[in-house]
Amino acid sequence: MTHDFARQVKKYLAVFGALLVLTLVTVGVSYLQLPQAETVAVALVIATAKASLVAMFFMHLKGERPMVTWPLGLTAFLFVALLAFVLLSEADHLIGTRFADAFASISD
Amino acid sequence: MEIPYTTTVRPDTGLTNPKLGIWLFLASEVMLFGSLFSSYALLRSGAPSWPDQSSIVSVPLATLNTVVLIASSVTMVMAWASLKSQSLPKYRLYMGLTLLGGAIFLVVKTIEYSDKFSHHLYPSTNNFLGLYFTLTGLHAVHVIVGMIVNAYLWGPGTRMWRSDPERFTNRIEVAGIYWHFVDVVWIFLFPVLYLL
Repeated sequence: MTHDFARQVKKYLAVFGALLVLTLVTVGVSYLQLPQAETVAVALVIATAKASLVAMFFMHLKGERPMVTWPLGLTAFLFVALLAFVLLSEADHLIGTRFADAFASISD
Repeated sequence: MEIPYTTTVRPDTGLTNPKLGIWLFLASEVMLFGSLFSSYALLRSGAPSWPDQSSIVSVPLATLNTVVLIASSVTMVMAWASLKSQSLPKYRLYMGLTLLGGAIFLVVKTIEYSDKFSHHLYPSTNNFLGLYFTLTGLHAVHVIVGMIVNAYLWGPGTRMWRSDPERFTNRIEVAGIYWHFVDVVWIFLFPVLYLL
């Protein structure tokens, strides 16, 4: 049992180290003054990596039952859908779609 | 009343009831924070101009808080591992450190808030500060709730260790899953509100 505890502690400390490094990286990158799109992408990728480490190892999601992972997958999908639909209303200037023009031609 | 399946796995779900319960609760929490995150995305992307966030909020203090909260997540999982190896004193130590981490986080948050107020920066000042106070405020409420639960499990709640150690260990795991979720929310709040 004691040996097992020592191994667990080692694993958790390794994850802790990785989380600290990723925190430093994300703060460091923010000082580089990259273009807006790159800054957002890097920050979100690093945050997702950190959240995954916490979920996998601390929340024991690694190897968890389907009754947990399926509802959680569905939640993640709905979360992204919520964000995407909201952002779609700003798509014209965010990604250069021309929804406004399309609607203007309908109303003419 | 006896609560079923606190230690034995329920055959149809493959889980203990508390484990399933906490995950379903957290799924609803994802959507609660999700609605606020998408409000942020919409208000910011639709705004003609946006303040330079890092000049309003303190990146060093938030970095410190990130480290503190991650460390408290580590001690929380160590508290659970201590019970798995049958050591109540170790559990008390690690759970105590987890509580300390939560307390430090809230002290730093209070310093941040009072600094904003002293510069006459309120939720009503602009959209960014409205979102900043709403998101960090809701998160701080979650930290406080987690600390109340953890404090109970650190103090009077340990009685259960003598009567039903396995059930107590599961309680710590479930409380831990919630605490780690609070950490995960902060992991996203930190770049979104401070670094972007």
